[in-house]
Amino acid sequence: MVGPAHYITLSAVLFTIGVIGVLTRKNAIIVFMAIEIMLNAANLALVTFAMTIGDVAGLIMVLLVMAVAAAEAAVGLAIIVAMFRHRETVNIEAFNVLRG
Amino acid sequence: MTGVENLLWLIPAFPLAGVAINGLFGRKLGDRVVSVIGPGVVGTAFVLAAASFVALRSMPSTDRLLQQTLYNWLPAGEFSASIGFQLDPLSMTMVLVVTGVGFLIHLYSVGYMHGDGGYARYFAFLNLFTFAMLLLVMADNFLLLFVGWEGVGLCSYLLIGFWFEDRSKADAGKKAFIVNRIGDFGFLIGIFLIFWTFGSVAFADVLPEAATRLTLGGDLAFWICLFLFVGAVGKSAQIPLFVWLPDAMAGPTPVSALIHAATMVTAGVYMVARSHALYEMAPQVLALVAGIGAATALFAATIGIVQNDIKKVLAYSTISQLGYMFMGVGVAAFSAGIFHLVTHAFFKAVLFLGAGSVIHALHGEQDMRTMGGLKSKLPITYWTMLAATLAIAGVPPLAGFVSKDEILWRTWDGGHTVLWVIGFITAGLTAAYMFRLFFLTFHGSFRGTKDQWEHAHESPLSMTIPLMILGALSVVGGWIGLPAALGQPLGGIANRFEGWLAPVFEAGEHAAHEPHAIPPIEYGLMTASVAVATLGILVAYWTYLRSPDLPSRIVARSRGVYALLNGKYFVDELYDFLIVRPFYALSRFAWRFIDDGLIDGLGVGGTGALVKRGSRIVSRWETGYVQGYAMAFFGGVFAILAYYYLFR
Repeated sequence: MVGPAHYITLSAVLFTIGVIGVLTRKNAIIVFMAIEIMLNAANLALVTFAMTIGDVAGLIMVLLVMAVAAAEAAVGLAIIVAMFRHRETVNIEAFNVLRG
Repeated sequence: MTGVENLLWLIPAFPLAGVAINGLFGRKLGDRVVSVIGPGVVGTAFVLAAASFVALRSMPSTDRLLQQTLYNWLPAGEFSASIGFQLDPLSMTMVLVVTGVGFLIHLYSVGYMHGDGGYARYFAFLNLFTFAMLLLVMADNFLLLFVGWEGVGLCSYLLIGFWFEDRSKADAGKKAFIVNRIGDFGFLIGIFLIFWTFGSVAFADVLPEAATRLTLGGDLAFWICLFLFVGAVGKSAQIPLFVWLPDAMAGPTPVSALIHAATMVTAGVYMVARSHALYEMAPQVLALVAGIGAATALFAATIGIVQNDIKKVLAYSTISQLGYMFMGVGVAAFSAGIFHLVTHAFFKAVLFLGAGSVIHALHGEQDMRTMGGLKSKLPITYWTMLAATLAIAGVPPLAGFVSKDEILWRTWDGGHTVLWVIGFITAGLTAAYMFRLFFLTFHGSFRGTKDQWEHAHESPLSMTIPLMILGALSVVGGWIGLPAALGQPLGGIANRFEGWLAPVFEAGEHAAHEPHAIPPIEYGLMTASVAVATLGILVAYWTYLRSPDLPSRIVARSRGVYALLNGKYFVDELYDFLIVRPFYALSRFAWRFIDDGLIDGLGVGGTGALVKRGSRIVSRWETGYVQGYAMAFFGGVFAILAYYYLFR
């Protein structure tokens, strides 16, 4: 029987994969995708808890996160395109002009 | 009481209007308009003052007092000071002198300052001075008096440094101002003490209460009067604060005549006389006043005898005569002191204006050693100067004789024999140095260049008319206060000046205006002082006209004494050594160490450097790598979670 614990575990695994992706990958697009994974891991956790306690607020929250993620994808990809146009690369180590 | 008291404000208002017009629009209006407005406003003030005088005379002698309060200036809790004017016989006398002599000197300035680049500015300052001086003498409380007191000090500074392009003249102005500040500080403490004691600064509250609130010879009376006197010492150039007055001669000569001879420097005498009710409660301070006055009189006279600059002689003479006035008020002969103030204003104004006329004729030459024989070139100046010189020398029946002798007699009468001897010697010295000046300037042969001699000319009418009027006053001005010793034999003429001021000073004066037996010694002393004056004149005649090589022989014989006198007893050098240099060193320390070192270096600069260096270290954290930040962020989250998970 698949219970909430399995969903939460999957969510945690996905989130950890996302974190590791954000912290380790140098390609901005991959980092971006890792962030999406983290968002969806959070979504999964929200859905799980909403179904467990029977409260629709969690489900609505998921819809909200999806909307934000969509908007963020549009803006984020645009930024990555702009970065590439500017530097001919999307390696985020090349973008450290704000160093102290 | 015909409502005159409601118009008192007009007397100082006219000069103030002159300041506004000349100061703001003078350059646009042109010299011609300024020449009308400058003296005109003071002349108008004089007419108003004369009208007030008539009104005051028409009142019964016991309640001659006009008062007007314009508004309550400083209502602050218990304290209040009003902008209020009062005219009693004492103020009235001062107002008449200030506006009368002031008007004539303004008129003289029209000729003297003709063509000067700062003509309008000059008259604006001179008007401002007249305004401040009127404020000083008409104020009905100590605080307003102090406002006028500071105002005249400011104008003195502005006018001494009138030709400020010349460094030494600007410095002379600063010196006058700074030395005066020392006195003013004392004066201010005196006013604080008065408020502390009486709960008010108005004359009407303080002076009548003096006898009840203060104990005779008590500490409080002593300190109040001492601090007030410190103010007077500064303003009236007495020992030890006299050093600014000789330097003040850097200003235009009419300024020397008006501010540094006739009016401002006498403010100290006025102030002591005004607060006589306080001083009578402090006999120790009165003795000090008389002592300092006498010492200054002698001291300045000895310096005056060796000066070569015509204006410097007159400056020391002024200090000396101010000493006489303080001696007079110090022996509680207040009306005699004020009387000498009035006559001195006449003859010293003539002397300064005459000197100005000579300087004008010689195009700025002030050294008497290059003058001589100017009698034929400057006849009007010569005769008016002669009258004034005879007056200051104390030749009867001229103004100076009458007033100086009154002071000397009251000194003797009060039992101050030592002071009398000092005053007596000074009288002889005065005659000697004044006639030395006179002979060196007008007699003998001319010792300047041929060019100067040919260009020497009598001054224009605007300068000679004031000279003639004031010259006449130097002759007859003393007759308003003929002492009883002379008046009674001449048909019972009372001392009208003393009678006029008696209501103000009645507590202090021992009913001297009533006829009484004249002690024969008074005539003896009178004869003696005439004799010593004559002796002084003869000595000057002998040494400077009969045998002109005598002075240099005397100098050669007594080189040390001459050096001491010529160096003005080295008081300036002493002050330089004792006060100015240590003060400079202290200022330098404050500048270099405290300001540059501690405040700028350690405080301001140190803070800046700390932030700059610190941030350079801290900014290493900011690598610019987004993943580094993200790492720190997640690390932080994990740390918080771990904390809660493990310890809660």
